[in-house]
Amino acid sequence: MTDTTATSTERPPVLLQVDDLKKHFPIFGGALNRQVGAVQAVDGVSFEVRRGETLGIVGESGCGKSTTAKLLMHLIEPDAGAISVGGEEVRRGRRGLREMRRRMQMVFQDSYASLNPRLTIEDTIAFGPKVHGVPVKVAKQRARDFLAKVGLDPNSFIRRYPHELSGGQRQRVNIARALALEPDIVILDEAVSALDKSVEAQVLNLLMDLKRDFDLTYLFISHDLNVVHYVSDRVLVMYLGKVVEVGPVEMLYTASQHPYTRALLSAMPAMDPDKRATEPPLAGDPPNPINPPPGCRFHTRCVHAEEVCKLKEPFLTRVAGEGHFSACHMAIEGSGHSQAPQRVAA
Amino acid sequence: MSLVEIENLHVSFRTDEGTANVINGVDLEVEPGEVVCILGESGSGKSVTLRALMQLLPKRRTTISGRIRVAEHDILSLDERKMADLRGPTVAMIFQEPMTAFDPVFTVGTQIVETIKRHEKISEREAEARALELFERVRIPSPKARLKNYPFEMSGGMRQRAMIALALSCRPSLLLADEPTTALDATVQIQILLLLRELQQELGMAIMFVTHDIGVAVEVGDRIAVMYAGRFVEMGSTREVFSRPAHPYTKGLMASTVHGDMKGQRMKAIDGSPPDLTRLLPGCAFEPRCGERIPVCRQVVPAIRTAGPGHTAACVHVGAPAKELA
Ligand SMILES: Nc1ncnc2c1ncn2[C@@H]1O[C@H](COP(=O)(O)OP(=O)(O)O)[C@@H](O)[C@H]1O
Ligand SMILES: Nc1ncnc2c1ncn2[C@@H]1O[C@H](COP(=O)(O)OP(=O)(O)O)[C@@H](O)[C@H]1O
Ligand code: SF4
Ligand SMILES: [Mg+2]
Ligand SMILES: [Mg+2]
Repeated sequence: MTDTTATSTERPPVLLQVDDLKKHFPIFGGALNRQVGAVQAVDGVSFEVRRGETLGIVGESGCGKSTTAKLLMHLIEPDAGAISVGGEEVRRGRRGLREMRRRMQMVFQDSYASLNPRLTIEDTIAFGPKVHGVPVKVAKQRARDFLAKVGLDPNSFIRRYPHELSGGQRQRVNIARALALEPDIVILDEAVSALDKSVEAQVLNLLMDLKRDFDLTYLFISHDLNVVHYVSDRVLVMYLGKVVEVGPVEMLYTASQHPYTRALLSAMPAMDPDKRATEPPLAGDPPNPINPPPGCRFHTRCVHAEEVCKLKEPFLTRVAGEGHFSACHMAIEGSGHSQAPQRVAA
Repeated sequence: MSLVEIENLHVSFRTDEGTANVINGVDLEVEPGEVVCILGESGSGKSVTLRALMQLLPKRRTTISGRIRVAEHDILSLDERKMADLRGPTVAMIFQEPMTAFDPVFTVGTQIVETIKRHEKISEREAEARALELFERVRIPSPKARLKNYPFEMSGGMRQRAMIALALSCRPSLLLADEPTTALDATVQIQILLLLRELQQELGMAIMFVTHDIGVAVEVGDRIAVMYAGRFVEMGSTREVFSRPAHPYTKGLMASTVHGDMKGQRMKAIDGSPPDLTRLLPGCAFEPRCGERIPVCRQVVPAIRTAGPGHTAACVHVGAPAKELA
């Protein structure tokens, strides 16, 4: 399934390119209410997504997943870094944003808060296209079409209001609304996390169908590693605002290289009464991204941490397989970590 | 004698939309030291079942019938004062959101000490020593300093540990756990599950653990009871229910839960949604969504049948073929 022999010319083009994205939220305090620190929510994140691919993003709460998504959508502005869609850097200003939002749409976890309670379902879905200059009649027809596409009967739903819908139905409306602008990329931020399992399964089937029918590219953010495994082609793991590992899904799930990824994977319930956990893989809560630890941010919880981990920050380094990278001193040749590959004289 | 005996429990609420029949004939026994997981999706009646055991349902709008015995007390006939005496030493509860268990304006230490003193004739100093011992037991780092924290000063996982300490402060024989790990990261969830399992074994207490997550149920339960529309549709040892699910709803729920190697396959989702509890039809509540339904399913609520050793399910297809089929 993961075709590592394909040459780069055969691979689909890069649709979304993110370079060194940064967002620090200032913290104010003290008697003078001066800035006393910063939450390093996203701190130098880079990745690319190819057309038709699903990139999964995982990590504990607070690691910067939603901030990354909001930066991509320009709902908040980055401190530094660049975002390109379809090979063009997103231009500042209203027109650049509008064009970007047509190509990239987002679905949030909270299906209720993201719908305007005073708009009918029809107006909710038609709103985006109208803003983008689609004639009212066409926009309304689009609302009906996309309702049908997400499995809701237009005749019984167009006149309803969000509060009259179940959580699963509201999430379908959110998906229809995102698709009504005919985007290339859809960012799904915990989009199925609040749903009951039986509804989650229905919505996952729907997302897979829509991806195929509309040739979509997904950025799938979730804390559920089972679901991410199911939907993703590649997976990116974040820890305290940084990318610690990225790679093809099967490689990441069967041969993860970063100690944090391994801990996340072994924290998943075994789904087998004979293989219950005996030891927690990590102690304590995820640390706060205010004043993160120096060196490798994970060193305070890592069982393999050595002196070098406290001093030097590891960078993403190619490991075993094609397209598989880990930011750990154990993967960096000559890093000084006892388990790092030794430098070989040429 | 069992620690918990629930017989033919029915609970309904008066609502603006009519009477909601939320619990519709629940039977359950829990032995001392046993962990029973109640597994079901939202609205199936899991929390209401636990709340009935603690008499925590709103008196004026609720109608309850049936019988609940906990440690030989007839819960439904107790007055508020007698019930308050049981909360703590006999039965205690933990929640998804620890802030519901704590008063935000007192330190967690004060609240634990006060709870102990309310039920036991011991000095302030002894109660404080017990609180410290509890904090050590639930493995809160720097326990002495942490007792002086207000609830909001703790992180999510630590607050959950503090709530467990509060619940265990009077050494209950039954702990009711209502999705206590649902809001936590998986890395923290597994710590709390392991802690609960360890404390349960050390203290020999029974736990009724409510969850919507099969993975969690399999991780902690000796037995699993699957709830749908206010009835247990399947019950048995964790191993039995997990490896040989008998009820079509349980099978559907497992097929709807992404796990292991399902990649590339379409999810076998259950169609439709749970019934409106103000308009429950006669017969099996799962019938409208069931792929195995036959005409009789609509007519009578299926009897509980034997699916295997210590394993039952309320479905006409389970065990000996139903008479109606012949
Ligand atoms: N608007 C904001 N102001 C200050 N801090 C924020 C803001 N948004 C997010 N944060 C902080 O940034 C960090 C990352 O948050 P988020 O991206 O939401 O994480 P995730 O989605 O991975 O759980 C968290 O510590 C969060 O508290
Ligand atoms: N106090 C109440 N008044 C009216 N309806 C209630 C009350 N408490 C719960 N319900 C309803 O009872 C049903 C079961 O609720 P609950 O036991 O909380 O479900 P869950 O299985 O998600 O814990 C739901 O439909 C809920 O809306
Ligand atoms: S760099 Fe060091 S501390 Fe960080 S993950 Fe690798 S071994 Fe652990
Ligand atoms: Mg988030
Ligand atoms: Mg509940």
